[in-house]
Amino acid sequence: MNWLFNPIKVWRNLDKLGLLGISRRNAEYVLMYNPRRFYPRVDDKLITKQMAIEHELPVPKLYAVVREEHEIEEVHTKIAAYEQFVVKPAHGSGGDGIVVITGRRGDKYRRSNGNLMGREEFNHHLSNALSGLYSLGGQPDHVLIEYCVQFDPIFDHVSFRGVPDVRVIVFRGYPVMAMIRLPTRMSDGKANLHQGAIGVGIDIPTGLTRRGVWGTELVKEHPDTEHSIIGLAIPRWDELLMIAARASDMSGLGYVGVDMVLDKQLGPMILELNARPGLAIQIANGNGLRHRLKKIEALPSLSPDPAERVAFAREHFATI
Amino acid sequence: MKKSHLYLLALVIASLGLGLAWYKWQVLQFPISPREEVATFTVQARVEFDGKSGPNRVVLQVPSKAAGATPGYTVLEERLVSRGYGENYTRHREGRQLEWTIRNAPRGRQVLYYRASVIPDLTPSIPEPAPTVGKPPELSEIETAAINTLFESVREQSVDTASFAQVWVRRFVEQPLSSEAEVLLESRTTREQQVRFIASALAIRKIPTRLVWGVVLDPESNRAQAELKPILQVHNQTQWISIDFETAEVGWPEHFFLWSKSPRDLLAVDADKSPNLEITIQRNMVDALAIAERRTEIRNAPLIQYSLLSLPVDAQATYRILVMIPIGAFVMLILRNIIGMKTFGTFMPVLIALAFGHTNLLPGVTLFVVIVGLGLLARFLMEKLKLLLVPRLTAVLILTVMLMALVSIVSNRLQIEVGLSVALFPIVIMAMTIERMSIAWDERGPMYALKQGFGSLLVAVLAYLVMSWEPLNHLIFVFPELLLVLFAMTLLIGRYSGYRLNELLRFKKLSELAEQLPPAGATAPAAGHKDGEGKP
Repeated sequence: MNWLFNPIKVWRNLDKLGLLGISRRNAEYVLMYNPRRFYPRVDDKLITKQMAIEHELPVPKLYAVVREEHEIEEVHTKIAAYEQFVVKPAHGSGGDGIVVITGRRGDKYRRSNGNLMGREEFNHHLSNALSGLYSLGGQPDHVLIEYCVQFDPIFDHVSFRGVPDVRVIVFRGYPVMAMIRLPTRMSDGKANLHQGAIGVGIDIPTGLTRRGVWGTELVKEHPDTEHSIIGLAIPRWDELLMIAARASDMSGLGYVGVDMVLDKQLGPMILELNARPGLAIQIANGNGLRHRLKKIEALPSLSPDPAERVAFAREHFATI
Repeated sequence: MKKSHLYLLALVIASLGLGLAWYKWQVLQFPISPREEVATFTVQARVEFDGKSGPNRVVLQVPSKAAGATPGYTVLEERLVSRGYGENYTRHREGRQLEWTIRNAPRGRQVLYYRASVIPDLTPSIPEPAPTVGKPPELSEIETAAINTLFESVREQSVDTASFAQVWVRRFVEQPLSSEAEVLLESRTTREQQVRFIASALAIRKIPTRLVWGVVLDPESNRAQAELKPILQVHNQTQWISIDFETAEVGWPEHFFLWSKSPRDLLAVDADKSPNLEITIQRNMVDALAIAERRTEIRNAPLIQYSLLSLPVDAQATYRILVMIPIGAFVMLILRNIIGMKTFGTFMPVLIALAFGHTNLLPGVTLFVVIVGLGLLARFLMEKLKLLLVPRLTAVLILTVMLMALVSIVSNRLQIEVGLSVALFPIVIMAMTIERMSIAWDERGPMYALKQGFGSLLVAVLAYLVMSWEPLNHLIFVFPELLLVLFAMTLLIGRYSGYRLNELLRFKKLSELAEQLPPAGATAPAAGHKDGEGKP
């Protein structure tokens, strides 16, 4: 009886599947493997970007940083040369406060959803972000303005006005699970699942998409474009896994989510890291994380070589 | 720290808390449940007499203060209004008396007061001394004849000492009185003289008797005037049997506070042969806890000093609220970490629940919804103005206060009482809620904002219901060490790593999928499995 909710049965099934619940994620992984002192490395996107550059990891080019209210006016001249760019609060979480500008019309900026944004509105948004509207706990923030990723046309027919991104969960340096997030009309071009983007699980050995989830529903087609989202081959898959593994080393965090995008010309790039990556990736994959995490915990020694770790992951972490 | 260490620590903390509470409950006799208010009484004796100049002595029989001397009650404290008289309590074999003495009494009407506060107490009675047969009254010839006739008829209708005394008393109660009884009462005019005679006459039949005086302290009525009621007690070789003089009923009257067992005159004044004694009773409804505390005090338990009850009353009131915050927080902890409910902020729902404490639930929820709704509306109108964050928060706060003032005024005009208590409703919480909700509304959409808002409200209501639950409130206030138990439980939940209830719902689809999949064992098949499946 599928429509009958039997919590005990569901509990057993999920446990069998190795589904990681939020309590266990926090208690046994985030708390155990993520030292608090490294959080700024992932919570502040500016630090992430600077560190990534030091470690020669690809990131979108930084155009400008706004730290103070009075710098808001100057920023218009700083970015005058760029037709397209992305505004990002450094401490924004879950895509909050991100504005993608895809063009200009006179004085105004055109957003990715097609709406025009006047200068005043743009300034107001920056000011809000600086006051901490989008940061955790309302802390004063700074704002990054960076290169707008030109996404790979392979995703054209499975995303709606936005940049699909690839998330890889990396545990102690080993990629354990991956998904690609496809923006929909509902998510307003954003790639966040709780805002309505589709999460599609990627089989780590092959780099092929296997299952998709939209909200709580399992889906096979993109709801806006009606194209199948199953069986897509993610280009430069090995490269993406390598970047994820290296980014995890850079962050110093044992349990980290690495968000990447594929640029048409520049290839894979790191967008941000996440110290508390969400659990929906498991629904997208139809697989639980725990068995994989346990396998890594059971390893006698961890390999210092990212390539070796990626190889291990590609050998062992097939989506079932 | 290993999990087993945590369990051990939690166990130690919990048993410490439980042990302390048990000690206070069993040994120090703190009340474990809040009873309703208990009636306590102020019994006042007003002594009025004509004074003559010169030395004067007023002797009043008063209740004994010894524990168990007054069955069912205990005298807590006594106050006197003596107007220049010296006061002196003395004990004697049958009881306790108060002597007012003065060398140069003023002339004219004089009034002295004795006042005792009396609380119900179930201390067992102290043993009584062996009874003695009193001195029979002196009788005239006609009285002797009358009494013998009466005794004869009483003997016919009785079987033993108790029934003899009962029938004897009834002879002086029933209407119409027999002529013999009339003869006997004729020369004894006051009620006191009459009952003393009825009691002492039994000495002729060698029956040990005594007269006790008391007042009925009816917890149901607040009767001011009262009389000292005489009760006849006869001893049947094993115990004292009480007989009511008014009804001739056997048994200790209900709510009867024993004033004096002394055979002496209740009130004797040197200067005045017929002084006036008036008893008034004032009933006070007092918190049972306060009485328990006082009882402990008179039993000399110094450990009372180490409880919240020893704080000044206003501090106690604060702590009554304060100790409930952990309870509210714990409820929220369960709702968030075990059930998985989403709320604004971590402790905001608890603060909202506290605010409900000022307004009661239904008006509180209504006010909350109304004010937050109006505030949100105002906030959206202000959105057009593109204000900076801090000025905007300030503006919302100002508007919230004004809205609350408006609600208060309007509800006052409409004669609804809730509006007045709204003033105590913590406005900062409201303003914060409005701001957070509107941000969530902008950022995550109305559904998300309403969901979180509703979740916060629901958690607040549940927390309020638990926090305002009287027995629990009482228990935590009287036994604050129980918070240690709560602390231990919090430690345990702190390492809870099972699924949350909402996750079971969220991942329900996955569970259905899991049933179709081969078990994901530790040895997942390596590459190769993917051929032939999963292709679109």
